[in-house]
Amino acid sequence: MALSLTVEKLSKSFGARKVIKDLSFTVSIPGSLGITGRNGSGKTTLMKILCQLVPPTNGKVAIREGEAEIASTDCFNYLKMITPEMALYEMLTGYENLKFFSTLAGVRLDHTEQDELLERVGLIERGDDLVLAYSSGMKQRLKYAVALLAKPAILLLDEPTSNLDDAGKAIVREIIARQRSEGMLIIATNEAEDLKQVEHVIRLDN
Amino acid sequence: MSSGWTTKALAVLAKDIRTELRTRYSLNALFMFAFTTLVVVSFSLGQLSLGVQVLSALYWIIIFFASMSALSGVFVKEEDAKTAQTLRLFARPSVIYAGKLIYNMLLLAILCALLTPLYVVFMNVTVPDWPLFLVVVLLGIIGLSGATTIIGAIVAKANVRGALFAVLSFPVLLPLLVAAIGGTDAALVGAGWAGAENHVKFLVAYAVIMITTSAVLFDFVWNG
Repeated sequence: MALSLTVEKLSKSFGARKVIKDLSFTVSIPGSLGITGRNGSGKTTLMKILCQLVPPTNGKVAIREGEAEIASTDCFNYLKMITPEMALYEMLTGYENLKFFSTLAGVRLDHTEQDELLERVGLIERGDDLVLAYSSGMKQRLKYAVALLAKPAILLLDEPTSNLDDAGKAIVREIIARQRSEGMLIIATNEAEDLKQVEHVIRLDN
Repeated sequence: MSSGWTTKALAVLAKDIRTELRTRYSLNALFMFAFTTLVVVSFSLGQLSLGVQVLSALYWIIIFFASMSALSGVFVKEEDAKTAQTLRLFARPSVIYAGKLIYNMLLLAILCALLTPLYVVFMNVTVPDWPLFLVVVLLGIIGLSGATTIIGAIVAKANVRGALFAVLSFPVLLPLLVAAIGGTDAALVGAGWAGAENHVKFLVAYAVIMITTSAVLFDFVWNG
């Protein structure tokens, strides 16, 4: 059954300041969308609303499987987001973070599968180290491994290549390419190179 | 409640225990506060003999203030480290609440297990009715954890946290403290179960109401 994410007449205000006004769009699987706009235009806020981390002032976000709407309390099972504002546990190792979040996601992940995930993001040599000892780019890579362990149907990436070196950016672009063909991808960025990876682009300019 | 739900709640608990054993943030705060208070009170009183009511009150005052120094940490740490948002994307609020609640209970149980023998020795206390004493302490721990866990979640969202936790906790915990002190008093004077019946009933009711209400409200607090 085809999964789609629909935004209907969405508005978000912080006090008197209206950040997002009457925004509507639908993305279906397979599909991809880029969200761009100057700093403070509401890109990250929109991503958080899509993930139900922040409530909209008006309007609605719905995930539908065919015609049936997924209950808002179950939406987190369908989507995962990676953003610089989120963090993993610094006093756990890379493997321990993967194991913890896979348990929460209800995914049984054996050691080989954990190795594959860490290999995919280029962290296989550092899996036993505390995340505290990782560089900011390595932490960003581990977030990708954690987000991907649940094989999310919808992947939201906020500033996906921030903090990453060229090798890290190449890994992210491989992840983007695969997600775009197998699931739904929504990227919030001002990087022209990242926006080339998506089918449609929304510019937030109030 | 599925086994999957239980496994996830236990995973949250295990994660908190593991990170706590590596940082000792809450354990150090709890034990240092409790131990130093006990030693200061003990030495300042010298050979002065205290009544059973005062001894019961002192015991719970130490536990109350020690818990104020550490129990809000379970949520404050998540918000400060920006891991709270990651948790929100992976688990239902009820799973998080259950894991944190059990973790706070465990912390308080360890505190009481270490504090009680020290308190008995330093304050020269005789406990004629250990089973009643332990039941009152256990019920006090459950009620105290239930209240401080939800208040900790509320406080973690606020900008001014330090004083807020104690300010919010005090009126909520006052009835619990009064009943716990009454129950402990009954155990120390050897009044038996009949003498502590009302206090024990109140402690059970408080724990049930506090944990049930908190479980219902936690969704709004966590996602609010």
